[in-house]
Amino acid sequence: MERQIRYQREADLEWAHQFTKHPGCERLLSCIQCGTCSGTCPLSIYMDLTPRQVIALVREGFREDVLRSQTIWLCASCYACSVECPQKVSITDIMYRLKREAIRSNLYPKRFPIPVLAREFCDMVRQRGRNSEFWVVFRMAMRSNPKILLSMARTGWELWRKGRLSLRRERIQRINELQYIPATSKEVD
Amino acid sequence: MEPSARYLYYPGCSLKGTGIAYEESLLTTFRLLEMPVKELPDWNCCGATTYMSVSETSATLLAARNLALARQTGSKDLIAPCNACYLTLRKSQRLVADYPQIAQETERFLEQAGLPRLDSVRVRHPLEVLYNDVGIQRLRELTVRRLQGVRMASYYGCQAVRPYGEVDDPHEPTRMDEILRAVGVEVVGYNLKTKCCGGPLTGTIHDVGVRLNYILLKEAMRLGAQAMVTICPLCQFNLDAYQAEIRKQTGEPIDMPILYLTQVVGWALGGDYRELGLHRAISGRKLLEQWFTVRKEAETYV
Ligand code: SF4
Ligand code: SF4
Repeated sequence: MERQIRYQREADLEWAHQFTKHPGCERLLSCIQCGTCSGTCPLSIYMDLTPRQVIALVREGFREDVLRSQTIWLCASCYACSVECPQKVSITDIMYRLKREAIRSNLYPKRFPIPVLAREFCDMVRQRGRNSEFWVVFRMAMRSNPKILLSMARTGWELWRKGRLSLRRERIQRINELQYIPATSKEVD
Repeated sequence: MEPSARYLYYPGCSLKGTGIAYEESLLTTFRLLEMPVKELPDWNCCGATTYMSVSETSATLLAARNLALARQTGSKDLIAPCNACYLTLRKSQRLVADYPQIAQETERFLEQAGLPRLDSVRVRHPLEVLYNDVGIQRLRELTVRRLQGVRMASYYGCQAVRPYGEVDDPHEPTRMDEILRAVGVEVVGYNLKTKCCGGPLTGTIHDVGVRLNYILLKEAMRLGAQAMVTICPLCQFNLDAYQAEIRKQTGEPIDMPILYLTQVVGWALGGDYRELGLHRAISGRKLLEQWFTVRKEAETYV
């Protein structure tokens, strides 16, 4: 396995320090690197960095390493790690925060479907108040990798036959109320 | 104004689409229990895990609108059957309670939108309503028919039992087993009850998502379960929709019905096949028909 050496000068300690001030990220520095989170995470074997490694890198200030990782996008927000962590580190919230920052700083892997899905989803919800499963998936596929539509066709057909695939584009009535929800701003929040 | 129903119901987007059988069976079950539920008028998407990945503030405001609408109706109990909706709504309440800045933003938004301030709306999950408000004893009494010798694995998925909920114990949840036994179902000791199904991963990083579901199904089979019982539309979809693909990939003869808890309970209370949405399953259809279509002679009335 290729090993990468990281030098202290590449670290951004101020970033790490600021990080702990955000909701849910307060206990970052309490991590004892026990690895319970990685052991609990159903997805850690598919990740490039394990959750424990993510925590270690964040608090040492290796910003780009974590923001570019696939790990944060594989995290399914299942909260297993957060429930099991002996130090009550809310790893899930830390992952969320990293996802938000990766999107804002455009650091996610290009054409990687998950951030694309996230954007499509949010646009649709802000414009219509509801998401229509079919249209979100369709638009995500068109923007990331249209070929996956072929492999989805079979499942789609099955769902359609059972009346589980609605092509209706849902919309709430009082859509004007949503205009007061800020559009995703430059700032990470 | 019509008298407010005790229970309001927040469907969320899935229960109007892929999870429509959850809505059908939930409404049927509550009707049979004589606990009418009313759909929250003009509800909006909860934001799910996705909005939280883009903006925490906006995600909280989206959830807050629903809570404010609930308050307007005068009901105190808002049932959110989808695990992701349930968690998101409750998480937003926690964020508002714990962080003054988020509370301020929320207040400002509600004021601009002309909505009432947040108040003590209780976000409930159907599993916990069945357990706490109806109770095991009453469910046992109301059961009019039992499945004979069918073993099932109860599967919670992840978000319902995690930090913001009060559905069940996050480490060793048992309430679903108790409910299933009360209505006459045999349960196996399934130890992956709260292992995540991958949520949207089957649609994004497909192979990984399918793999997680294969593990869940295989373990249920190994334990001798003939079906799995879920309480979340995404879990149900993931476990149900990809079995053909898993069969092809692994050669494993998996064809297992994936039920909603409300389908099993609703059937025990006397609901029928179609009104419980049992005809909408993709996998294990033969078994479903065998178990749940009315064959008077094979039913044991109790
Ligand atoms: S479980 Fe908690 S304490 Fe242990 S490595 Fe993970 S974050 Fe750190
Ligand atoms: S919340 Fe994310 S990191 Fe934690 S266990 Fe679940 S998938 Fe893994």
